[in-house]
Amino acid sequence: MSRRFTPKVVTANRLREGDVVYLTADDRWSLLHSEAELIEDEAHAQLRLLHAASEKLLVVGPYLADARAGAHGPEPIHFREAFRTRGPSNYNHGKQADLAS
Amino acid sequence: MYSYSDFDESFVRARVAQFTSQVERRLDGSLTEDEFRPLRLMNGLYLQLHAYMLRIAIPYGTLSPRQMRQLALIADTWDKGYGHFTTRQNIQFNWPKLPDVPAILTALADVEMHAIQTSGNCVRNVTADHFAGAAADEIEDPRPYAELLRQWSTDHPEFQFLPRKFKIAITGAPNDRAVTKAHDIGLRMVRNAAGEPGFEVMVGGGLGRTPMIAFTVRDFLPVEDLIPYVEAVLSVYNTLGRRDNKYKARIKITVHETGREEISRMVEERFAELRPLFHGNDQTLLAGIREAFAAPAFRNAPVEAYDAFYKADPVFRAWADTNLAAHRNDQYAIVTISVKAHGQTPGDATSDQMRLMADLAERYGHSDLRISHEQNVILPHVHKSDLPAVHAALVQAGLGTANVGLISDIIACPGMDYCALATARSIPVAQEIATRFEELKLEHEIGPLKIKISGCINACGHHHVGHIGILGLDRAGVENYQITLGGDGTETAVIGEKTGPGFAYDEIVPAIERLVQAYLGLREAPQETFLQAYRRAGMEPFKAALYGQEGEKDAA
Repeated sequence: MSRRFTPKVVTANRLREGDVVYLTADDRWSLLHSEAELIEDEAHAQLRLLHAASEKLLVVGPYLADARAGAHGPEPIHFREAFRTRGPSNYNHGKQADLAS
Repeated sequence: MYSYSDFDESFVRARVAQFTSQVERRLDGSLTEDEFRPLRLMNGLYLQLHAYMLRIAIPYGTLSPRQMRQLALIADTWDKGYGHFTTRQNIQFNWPKLPDVPAILTALADVEMHAIQTSGNCVRNVTADHFAGAAADEIEDPRPYAELLRQWSTDHPEFQFLPRKFKIAITGAPNDRAVTKAHDIGLRMVRNAAGEPGFEVMVGGGLGRTPMIAFTVRDFLPVEDLIPYVEAVLSVYNTLGRRDNKYKARIKITVHETGREEISRMVEERFAELRPLFHGNDQTLLAGIREAFAAPAFRNAPVEAYDAFYKADPVFRAWADTNLAAHRNDQYAIVTISVKAHGQTPGDATSDQMRLMADLAERYGHSDLRISHEQNVILPHVHKSDLPAVHAALVQAGLGTANVGLISDIIACPGMDYCALATARSIPVAQEIATRFEELKLEHEIGPLKIKISGCINACGHHHVGHIGILGLDRAGVENYQITLGGDGTETAVIGEKTGPGFAYDEIVPAIERLVQAYLGLREAPQETFLQAYRRAGMEPFKAALYGQEGEKDAA
């Protein structure tokens, strides 16, 4: 009966700047989705989310987002999460600009 | 224009000091996010998709040049050099950083502005006809009443924790430019048989997931009864409104579940209790406010230069035909500055554009600026002889687009490019529609046509009352756009009707083009507008254009 667990990443926004960030395996918050820890186990996902929720001075609103393994690290599945990796589509603002500079 | 009293000033300053300390305590860990969130929302600070967003109230859409320049300064100092005017006459900054917000709020307080009650379950920014005080069809300037409502509702102890947010719109003219029938309370000025001005009071309108047109609870309310009556409506709603389900908490649902007659009875009963408690202080206050909204000293000067220019210059003529409205002084015109250049984001103005509009208002517009719910900026009082100079300056700043009321004058919410609630993007859809019809050079031939786009069911883009409404949804992980037709946000308000299955992101612009081609093919004369043609011909020909004759179009 058990459905296969869809891999997850932990994502949140930085408290001070609001930037979208991802939790890495070595407990950093990275701007890059590809650096996120891809979590393949449900129990581990809950533990990582608890850890994220304890980082109250760093991030706001952590949650688990579906992801899949890609050639250069985890990739988002849903379009909303894909937008969050970049920034808005009407201006070159947000991470798509910040990471390029 | 209304200036803050000492009371207003000290209230806003005290709130800035309070919130400054709350931000400090959040940053040092004394407050958790759960504790801080309601506090920041009370002060208009949201956390959106990519960043924080600060929503600042522009009460009844009225701004002075000094305030507009301060918004430009905020955009340059703490944001990315632009601001976004919204469908509720607010301005939003999309990139503030939390530690900077106290400084921004201080800069706002310096020009008598704030972000209080732009979020939360309270009475929100009171919106008004953006042509108020200028329109030829107006009975009375509604803004003194809007200001009275602002003062009454700000920090009102009884109404800070309503079942849900509460929106009031007011118009002083029979022609409704403030979408009053889609508000929790809509106030439309009318005259009674004796010729006295009063309000038609409409209750229970709203868009969102359950769109409803407000019903009239009072045909004629004497102006001196305004505050006790509005208080009675709020009081009944505060008691009856559902707090168990946020989707059923707006007053439109309360009206629907309780029944119009019963709600009317309860409101009148409560009003009878409240009315004797008002001993005229509100009217004294109103008299003072009225003075602040006295009409400017209109210039008396020849307008021949305008007439000559109008005849000679086709570009100016095109702009004058679409972007000017009748002023009550026939030497004057109301100028709508389109913040909708083809391909640009609806409602976004750069700091340079804000400064230019402030300069023009000061030089040619009796220092008055308005923000419309249709996301444009208005110079309400421009002498006709100054219009060529105003137009020339606007063109140079990319603000001279002659498209007000046309297909590219699109309302669009921020959608999934910014908003955490959105289910699909709206801005790029608006940009592509405007660009496409600019390429076709068709928009002046098409004539008046309002397209309104929302990126989720909450309908900030007012799609239900668009002649063509577009609603962006998430269908199984893909953006999908549903079309409604025949909506109307004026005094003849109607909720648009769904056409059928939605369209994928790359299909929506061609679908709109097919609709418009169908209209051009079936209209009886160029004077028959899209909305009139839809009302005459009905849904079928438009459905056929969208989905094919047999309706065999693959459902998205």
